[in-house]
Amino acid sequence: MDDPGRAAGGSGRPGSGPTGSGPARSRRRRAVGSRLAPVLFLLPAAVLFVLFLLIPIGYAILLSLHGQRVRGGLLGRRTEVWVGLDNYRAALADPELWHSLVRLVIYGLLVVPIMLGLALAFALMLDVPTARLRRFSRIAIFLPYAVPGVIATMLWGFLYLPGVSPIRYAAEHLNLPPPNFFGVHSIFGAVANVAIWGGVGFNMIVLYTSLRAVPSELYDAARVDGCGEWQIATRIKIPLLVPAIVMTTVFSLIATLQVFNEPMTLRPLTNLIPSTWMPLMKIYRDAFIAGDVYSAAATSVVLALATLLLSLGFLRLLQRRAFAEER
Amino acid sequence: MTAPARRPAARPALLPTAALLAGAIYCLLPVLWVLIAATKTRSELFSTFSYAPSFSGGLTENVRGLFDYSDGRFVRWARNSVLYAGVGAALSTMVSAAAGYGLAKYRFRGRTLAFNILLAGVLLPQITLAIPQYLLLSKVGMAGTYWSVLLPSIIYPYGIYLCRIYAAAAVPDDMIEAGRIDGAGEGRIFRSIAVPVMVPGLVTVFLLQFIAIWNNFLLPFIMLSDEDKYPLTVGLFTMINQGVQKPALYTLVITGALLSILPLIALFLFLQRYWRMDLLSGAVKR
Repeated sequence: MDDPGRAAGGSGRPGSGPTGSGPARSRRRRAVGSRLAPVLFLLPAAVLFVLFLLIPIGYAILLSLHGQRVRGGLLGRRTEVWVGLDNYRAALADPELWHSLVRLVIYGLLVVPIMLGLALAFALMLDVPTARLRRFSRIAIFLPYAVPGVIATMLWGFLYLPGVSPIRYAAEHLNLPPPNFFGVHSIFGAVANVAIWGGVGFNMIVLYTSLRAVPSELYDAARVDGCGEWQIATRIKIPLLVPAIVMTTVFSLIATLQVFNEPMTLRPLTNLIPSTWMPLMKIYRDAFIAGDVYSAAATSVVLALATLLLSLGFLRLLQRRAFAEER
Repeated sequence: MTAPARRPAARPALLPTAALLAGAIYCLLPVLWVLIAATKTRSELFSTFSYAPSFSGGLTENVRGLFDYSDGRFVRWARNSVLYAGVGAALSTMVSAAAGYGLAKYRFRGRTLAFNILLAGVLLPQITLAIPQYLLLSKVGMAGTYWSVLLPSIIYPYGIYLCRIYAAAAVPDDMIEAGRIDGAGEGRIFRSIAVPVMVPGLVTVFLLQFIAIWNNFLLPFIMLSDEDKYPLTVGLFTMINQGVQKPALYTLVITGALLSILPLIALFLFLQRYWRMDLLSGAVKR
């Protein structure tokens, strides 16, 4: 990993810098200073990382291995006891978790491909030099990123809600059957649409900016060779975008596995979303409504592990082309 | 779509233009709807076509109703959102800048390990942490306080990652070395040489984190029980939950939604030229 050719990396080795003529004392002090410096720069982040990431993870694992048992017959007190993997067994045997995971897979298969497909298409079209309204479209499509998921869901919820919905209103006046957004199957589309609406623009910008980094001489050469815009897009631009596509896919997967805000906000408007509709909603219900933090912790650990394995597996599969380790 | 390269004034590409326009309309539709719906009185909301604005004074009535709701709770929620997002993003940017610079510009033992732990933090579903964070903070009596929302928002692994990329690309090693020769300490070099060069990257990290905290729902939803400490997202959520029993609240919720997205959209439009979005795709040019 280390690049010995980069002298000015501030290595702690005394004498590595061109400061040979200074007094020995100050040189030593500077050497100590620059050895200490990276520690000090990283200290605040490391402390917060330990306090708000590592310790909570450890605590969640600890909780997941404990449970409350009533000791001492009828008048016994509830005490916290070690239960080993019981919570995991119970969590994995709970059909509600599996139902929510199936729903999550359906939802994810809707959101991730459609959102990234649209983002890629828009990014490529923004990059067509003869397309009009590019600035306006870029800002308009990126705008929903600034709208919180909860509020986006409220806006779409009203657009779906019979009695207020302009979409139903328009359909009725065109003598079309009014679409039912709150159906057993269409509810998936209704929630997915909110997430797609909120996420397309951000991913489009990520893909578009990495397209902009490609030197345009590359395209000129292709045009001279008789390539059309379509061929340039499929044969040059998309292959060049692969690392950015991998990165946006990983982030979209992580976000999708944590879906919570949208279905929670849509719940008051329809009775089709049970309190365990998605895994995270089930975790929330178990912890705060059912009051069983131990089982909620076990499910959290399972979900976090699944997310980590899925995203790491995906990165490994594509040879970790997403994160620039050393630039 | 074979546009000739040498003629800049070629005829417009119809298909891409139409597709982009369709995307723009899809994205603006709900925002436009809430803008119009907020002008309607309670009875108009359910009786007139949604995209027909009303000029019968509905907007002022709705805004007044919203500001009067529960003794001006809405204004308090807005203030809290500004506090959580503003202070949280500022602290987060400072911590990320120092850590990113440290990772980019120093060689030390454990550097690769630190970077890999950081990446694992980027991939970790932050939200599953909220429950153990809540339980731990309630043990030390901090759950339900402003701190319980602020402190967990400061650590932002992706921000550190972005700062590291930006520092590596934008801060020349020669400048650091020149500073050392002039006898400047490492902290001074960071403050007066690195930070000024890193400003565009730092603005990007600040905005990303500002929007992430402003949009956050689960963390404050779990941490807070006092309605006066809610941010806008949680506050409006409780309003729409009551709206089931009291549809009269719908007009207030709609107006509240509009008023809470307008400042963010304004900020976003104003600052979008300062963004370095190429950071996100790792396409920073040296």
